[in-house]
Amino acid sequence: MSKVDKIYKPKLSKQALPVFTARVSAGFPSPAADYEEGQLDLNKHLVKNPPATFFVRVAGDSMEGAGVHDGDLLIVDRSIEPKSGKVVIAVLDGQLTVKRLKIYRGKYSLVPENENYPIQKITKDMEFEVWGVVTNVIHPL
Amino acid sequence: MGRCDECDSSIMSDIFALVDCNNFYASCERVFQPSLQHRPVVVLSNNDGCIVARSNEAKALGIGMGTPYFKAKDVIEKNNIAVFSSNYALYADMSNRVMQILSQFTPEMEIYSIDEAFLGLDGIQENLDSYGREIRKRVLQWTGMPVSVGIAKTKTLAKIANHLAKKSKKAGGVLDLTRARYITAALERTDVEDVWGVGRRIAKKLKRVGIMTAQQLSQTDIDWIQKTFSVMTVRTVLELRGQKCFELEEVPEPNKNITVSRSFGKEIETVEQLENSLTQYVSRAGEKLRSQEQYAQVLTIFAMSNRFGKDSYYNSASCIFETATDSSLDLVGAVGQLVKKVYREGVKFKKAGVVLSKLVPKDELQLNLFADRESIDRDRRLMQVLDRINERGKQVSFASEGVVKPWQMKSEHKSQCYTTRWDELVRVG
Repeated sequence: MSKVDKIYKPKLSKQALPVFTARVSAGFPSPAADYEEGQLDLNKHLVKNPPATFFVRVAGDSMEGAGVHDGDLLIVDRSIEPKSGKVVIAVLDGQLTVKRLKIYRGKYSLVPENENYPIQKITKDMEFEVWGVVTNVIHPL
Repeated sequence: MGRCDECDSSIMSDIFALVDCNNFYASCERVFQPSLQHRPVVVLSNNDGCIVARSNEAKALGIGMGTPYFKAKDVIEKNNIAVFSSNYALYADMSNRVMQILSQFTPEMEIYSIDEAFLGLDGIQENLDSYGREIRKRVLQWTGMPVSVGIAKTKTLAKIANHLAKKSKKAGGVLDLTRARYITAALERTDVEDVWGVGRRIAKKLKRVGIMTAQQLSQTDIDWIQKTFSVMTVRTVLELRGQKCFELEEVPEPNKNITVSRSFGKEIETVEQLENSLTQYVSRAGEKLRSQEQYAQVLTIFAMSNRFGKDSYYNSASCIFETATDSSLDLVGAVGQLVKKVYREGVKFKKAGVVLSKLVPKDELQLNLFADRESIDRDRRLMQVLDRINERGKQVSFASEGVVKPWQMKSEHKSQCYTTRWDELVRVG
């Protein structure tokens, strides 16, 4: 059995190394760097709730007074609660129509914005439901 | 066996909801043509060959699934049945909307097919029936799509609950079967053939020995089931008894869909990384598909951020192939187109996956009459070579290219692509 005379410990040198605390950027420093934001996204602006949003094309001039013209694009959100005064897409006896919804004392009517069209009062025998609320109209000039 | 072995971890859940759309294709058409609400509706397969979807009224008129169109023409005319060619763009888009909405109700979700999903509802504090009704109400309001919700402690029971929710007027589209005392009655009302995982073949054998209802099946001796059928059927019976055997992404029918998904060790943030991962998964799914000798009609991809983060994100996108495919070229091509729909800048993706559904066995496949036979065979030979190479251990990968082949098909009754083409929006006066 051999005897252990000496046990050597490795010599660890403790050498301080300088550390850079300031970040060195590779490009030209931009004065606007603090003010950058994302680009404006029209999609996000117009479509607040994607799964509930549909696009619809206008046929006719019954809502011209509201700035809704034949051929315009409507953005319709089905998740918005249809309140009185809102422009809506409604289903009346199986047909889709765009009108302003008026609710007065529990009674519903669909109001056009063109004097050539009549106000449609909704009675119990009619099949009526709101399909969605129009949030925006896109009209090319 | 039925377990998705590509999932690195199964999602644990003790309460399952099965949400599915009522008469999905017909309902899609009705959203944009409300006058159809009272007319029976049927939807035709590729090339206007046979009837692949029927509204309830059309079912009641005796039109069977898969009836050739020309055979049903008399019944159709007599009953003023509305006929549509398949509008894949519309169906895929509506499906994505429904899935997006459902994902708001739970972080644990499995897209089972184009119109069905399992939700894990653990940790829901409120009354389950109310929660189910909220789900139904929101999907109906936001998309016009009516859905049924079945809730139970196992997936098999949730399927039964869903079936009854649809059938029973009293249920009103939602049925909570988590309470033991209601389960027996529900099982007694369910025919054994309607149990998830029990096909016609197994049902025949069961009925021959007097097992007619799901209740009777649940009481059947397990050893006999194992000897007569398989371990899979054993799990189905245990699930009927309330013992959970299938977690989310585990199914009793191995061939109903093929899922390949994975959680990323390190979150990914670029669309290229996401596309690469999904390309790998879909190639793997394609291999499985071919090994099962099946074709897929629907590909769904999904991606989500860390479930417990504050800004949790989930999105999915589907593509329906006009002709069911088993070609990785088609699948990879579709992934390339779909990935942009689920990717969002700034999101740290934690998990992504692909689901192949609406699977059709090779011998049942109806090929389009005008299809380019040569290119199909060439594709198939290529796939066979690739599969052999991959089997031997050398991985062959694709550059992400490839387009779903736009074959010319008869599609005389197609409705407009209301949600995917600017020039085909619904017109409103």
